[in-house]
Amino acid sequence: MKAHYKVAGITAMLLVLAFSLLLSTRNVSAAANGTITGTVKLDGAAPHMKGIDMSKDPFCVKQHENSPAHLENVIVGPGGGLQNVVLYISEGLSGAETSQVPAQEPVFDQKNCMYTPHVLAMDVNQKFKVTTSDQTTHNIHPLPNALAGNIPWNKSQPPGAPPIETSWKTEEIAISVKCNIHPWMHGYFVVVKGPYATSDEKGSYTIENVPAGNYTVTAWQEEYGTQTQKVTVAAGKPGTADFTFKAK
Amino acid sequence: MRRMMLSGSLALTALAVVALCSLSWAQMTEADENQRLGMESHIGKLTGHAAAAQGDYRRFCVGCHGVLGDGEGENAQWIDPKPRNFTLGIFKCRSTTTGTLPLDSDLYDTIGRGLDSSNMPSWNPLSSQQRADLVAYVKHFSARWVTEKPGEPIKIPPKPEITAERIKAGQAVFQKVECWKCHGQTGSGNGPSAATLTDDQNRPIQPYNFHDNNRFKCGTTDEDLYRIFMTGLDGTPMPSWSDNIKPDEAWDLVFYLRSLQPMKSREKEIARQVGLKPGAPSATPAPAPQQ
Repeated sequence: MKAHYKVAGITAMLLVLAFSLLLSTRNVSAAANGTITGTVKLDGAAPHMKGIDMSKDPFCVKQHENSPAHLENVIVGPGGGLQNVVLYISEGLSGAETSQVPAQEPVFDQKNCMYTPHVLAMDVNQKFKVTTSDQTTHNIHPLPNALAGNIPWNKSQPPGAPPIETSWKTEEIAISVKCNIHPWMHGYFVVVKGPYATSDEKGSYTIENVPAGNYTVTAWQEEYGTQTQKVTVAAGKPGTADFTFKAK
Repeated sequence: MRRMMLSGSLALTALAVVALCSLSWAQMTEADENQRLGMESHIGKLTGHAAAAQGDYRRFCVGCHGVLGDGEGENAQWIDPKPRNFTLGIFKCRSTTTGTLPLDSDLYDTIGRGLDSSNMPSWNPLSSQQRADLVAYVKHFSARWVTEKPGEPIKIPPKPEITAERIKAGQAVFQKVECWKCHGQTGSGNGPSAATLTDDQNRPIQPYNFHDNNRFKCGTTDEDLYRIFMTGLDGTPMPSWSDNIKPDEAWDLVFYLRSLQPMKSREKEIARQVGLKPGAPSATPAPAPQQ
């Protein structure tokens, strides 16, 4: 055989090898594109959420002139869907999978003297931002359990303050957040490992980027606590888990 | 016979493993404690040793701060504000950023100075070595000092000259960032949000009253005042302002705050000369409370 045929042949084989390696890695990441989806509902009468007296701050009162504010501990949609429930995978992920941190930076905003969203879920070490959209001074004061790893801090956020960018180093479900200046303001940071989701106004959620496998999904609601369910995710077949919390 | 020997040796091995594990666990706990009693403090040329302070702590500190350093001493139920819980590693008086450990010198200064308007006395009668040892002992109550470094201390620029412009600028800062929400327009601690303030343990707490006080819990000097509001008082509603007040503005605010305090000062004199009055809130008046 002529020498240049040999060279051509070896090059071709190497190229085929390289491409198949590339394709095989793409297959591996495609396997992490499974989802877990479902709905969280409240069984029973939704508790009455008290109106908030914001008269100590005229700015806050003005923002709610046409839409009075209510406490947000339990928000139930027309179909009984529970909002602000955090869903995460509590069992079944490998160490490598739980230490992956998404690049997105979720935002916790102080708007109209309330926290938006009321509950913010994030991964350990995932960066998130705290912003203010209000023309009144707030302070942002998360209160994690200092004995368990995350340390409380307290920063001012006057009007026009730049965003605070930070992260939490330990899993904690959940960190209570408050504003000392506006005592009705309460929210939560829910720090988990691995993929997570928060239920919307219909109570629906989808956890994305889940590799095929068998898992335990935990649902957390600030008043009703946690529930778990076992779920299987297969290639091309999303897992489903619906939760129902009982009204007190 | 061979089966019995096999199961017997398996049982012995299991027992040995369990014994070894419990032995090493017991050693780890004791080693942990020994490591923490070996805690040191470094303040200037002084080195303090936790083990050397055990006697002093038991004699002078245990009554309020408790045997476990958790602020649950016998006296704690009778006093307000409550004694510090050292197991959390959270302190009001720091030169470091919010959410971080204080410097050893911060703790040393607090022990020596005491905390004005509280039951924490000045411990200056103890020798500097005793106080340094006590700093190390305070640190040994929290594992955070084993793994975590103290925060970055803030840089305080040199104090500028006190002028009327600076005092007026300080008042503008006081208005703009709304210190009056808690501290009140005259700094008397009677702002609209003052009545509902609670500390990290949900206990009622009052904002500082500039009108009736000359000294602060965390110091007495202008530099102390600068440091207090720039780093915030961890464990309380008082946040850190270093992200939102520039160093030059911070000195203006210090001078304005001094003009609110009862002692005779250059700031008070200048404020009187220029006829400075507490500013009224700029927001529109509130309508009736929402139901």
